[in-house]
Amino acid sequence: MREITLSKAVNEAIAEEMRRDPSIFVIGEDVAEAGTPFKVLSGLVEEFGTERIIDTPIAEPGFMGIAVGAAMTGSRPIVDLMFGDFLYLVMDQLCNQAAKTHYMSGGKLNVPLVLRTNLGATRRSAAQHSQSLHALVAHIPGLKVAMPSSAYEAKGLMKTAIRDNNPVVIFEDKLMYQDKAPVPEEEYFIPFGVANVLREGTDITLVATSSMVQVALKAADILAAEGMSAEVIDPRTIVPLDEDTILKSVRKTSRAIVIDEGHQSYGITGEIASRISEKAFYHLDAPVQRMGAMDVPVPFSPALEDVTVPTEQTVAERARLAIRGDLFHAA
Amino acid sequence: MSAAKKANSNRDDYLRMYRQMVRIRAFEDNANQLYLSAKMPGLTHMYSGQEAVAVGICEALTCDDKITSTHRGHGHCVAKGANFKEMFCELLGKEEGYCRGKGGSMHIADQANGNLGANAIVGGSMGIATGAALSARRLGKTDVTVCFFGDGATAQGLMYEVMNMAALWRLPVIYACENNGYSEYTRTDEIAAGSITARAEAFGIESHQVDGQDVLAVNKLATDLVARARKGEGPFFIELMTYRYHGHHVGDINREYYRPKDEEAEWKSNRDPIANFGKWLEDQKIVTNDELVSINKDIKAQAEEAVAYAEKAAYPSVNEVDMHVFASSAA
Ligand SMILES: Cc1ncc(C[n+]2csc(CCOP(=O)(O)OP(=O)(O)O)c2C)c(N)n1
Ligand SMILES: [Mg+2]
Repeated sequence: MREITLSKAVNEAIAEEMRRDPSIFVIGEDVAEAGTPFKVLSGLVEEFGTERIIDTPIAEPGFMGIAVGAAMTGSRPIVDLMFGDFLYLVMDQLCNQAAKTHYMSGGKLNVPLVLRTNLGATRRSAAQHSQSLHALVAHIPGLKVAMPSSAYEAKGLMKTAIRDNNPVVIFEDKLMYQDKAPVPEEEYFIPFGVANVLREGTDITLVATSSMVQVALKAADILAAEGMSAEVIDPRTIVPLDEDTILKSVRKTSRAIVIDEGHQSYGITGEIASRISEKAFYHLDAPVQRMGAMDVPVPFSPALEDVTVPTEQTVAERARLAIRGDLFHAA
Repeated sequence: MSAAKKANSNRDDYLRMYRQMVRIRAFEDNANQLYLSAKMPGLTHMYSGQEAVAVGICEALTCDDKITSTHRGHGHCVAKGANFKEMFCELLGKEEGYCRGKGGSMHIADQANGNLGANAIVGGSMGIATGAALSARRLGKTDVTVCFFGDGATAQGLMYEVMNMAALWRLPVIYACENNGYSEYTRTDEIAAGSITARAEAFGIESHQVDGQDVLAVNKLATDLVARARKGEGPFFIELMTYRYHGHHVGDINREYYRPKDEEAEWKSNRDPIANFGKWLEDQKIVTNDELVSINKDIKAQAEEAVAYAEKAAYPSVNEVDMHVFASSAA
């Protein structure tokens, strides 16, 4: 199968959908000729023109609100938010307007829009360009949240997001834009709420999202070399969350670590860990562990930044403790 | 004051302005080199070309006066009195940097000199600057605050909220819009409708447009407005017409698709703020060419020495990663 970058996969998904459905348009900063700073949308303006690939001023709340209104009236906007960190600017339009409109209108109004943005630290971009803020939006009822972990996932999830009749926020890992993976030429979709079991195992379940999926897979390799068998699960979407696949795995392995690049406190790891504890408690042989980003603003200095996120070594170490039964003493 | 004395002190002022502009250019040349030789983590935005703005304005301020800065902030930082060593250390993420390596290029703050910080959120400092002005007034101080921002930032709604309040409350703040013709990869006239100064005038704020390549014109206007703001006649708005020599950031090298090479050449060869001021100083017989050459040489050496120092300086200890999340408070 051909291999393409995550960036190209997103580009293809949007182009395919735009060819099919003229109600789709893209709106955001430097999306047209520049094709975004990460060059993800390069070539789209040449094919679809500036009526459908719309450059905006640096006015995030403004174009977010415009997208909500357009979505309520027959358009299907794809909002391009250059950095996930700028979510704070669009929060009212996204969370008070887009997320609640369908419900508040008693099901009469729809807001079919996609907000594509990114996450991920260790790019030396400092505290305002490195955050992983998916937990903020996952907390708000009415928003779906997708977290692609490869080029294949990015394309399939983006196509599903565009066809969804709800506001969907999709977080791409900005460090993975140039990473290649096999992506079929034929059209495909990845349904929301269906987790992907990337590796089967018997001793521990590693639930990992987005940027942390590769970390979990590498940790599983380390553990395998030491005779321990880890199962790796990528939930793909955190709203909706495929609880069943996760619970089924933990009932088998009896141990779990949840790994995610958002801040550890009050985040995705805590949510998934507590669902496991509530629903698979009697199958557990060790406390469920959370591994998120450190609860600090992302520091600029490489000497500091690198220790703020889970790595395959730290994940493997926590897994060892859990499997050996040393966690109770360590805790 | 005797006429001779006045001429003499003018000469000192002129030379200081010249030196400060050369210091900014030297800083940026070295920062760019650090990027090109892969010694600097991340990206940075060069101020080269805009020196007369930062220097013309900051030379009208006292050390206690405040400024807020932007992602393109090295020029403001130098002009407000910062040292090369601490700045380069910060750019390289070293412990001796202004922010102990936590901030990096886009977040340098120099509290001792009244620089409240660069900002990686476009328009993000407009509230801060206006709040500093409110604070000065409340605390009975005579400080004036200058808010630096780009033409692109005029699209942010926050600007209109705070200008309204600043005008209502007659706050000692000066909004300094550096119009360098571009916001990222887009020409300003494509993303800013109408006139920029008229935006402030709508709130009854006295507004001026000035040639941002002419350090004397900028300084004359700024000196007048700062004095008036100190007396309670603010706020004011200045649009400074200028140009950035480099790409949007150091990595923006192939940029002909949005900005023609001959336009860049025209500004660099005919409108350079340093060359033109140097020539004026010579024409007025204030300095000789030899003196200018030796100033340039000294500053270049100082910058190189600071870079060498920063390259050898230590990274912060890993223990610092969770230090400074919260300030200590009395129990
Ligand atoms: C709120 C926000 N939106 C977008 C960006 C990305 N961005 C960084 S600089 C920039 C352009 C700013 O243009 P301008 O204000 O004219 O400043 P200049 O770069 O020309 O100095 C953009 C869009 C950002 N940092 N913050
Ligand atoms: Mg600009």
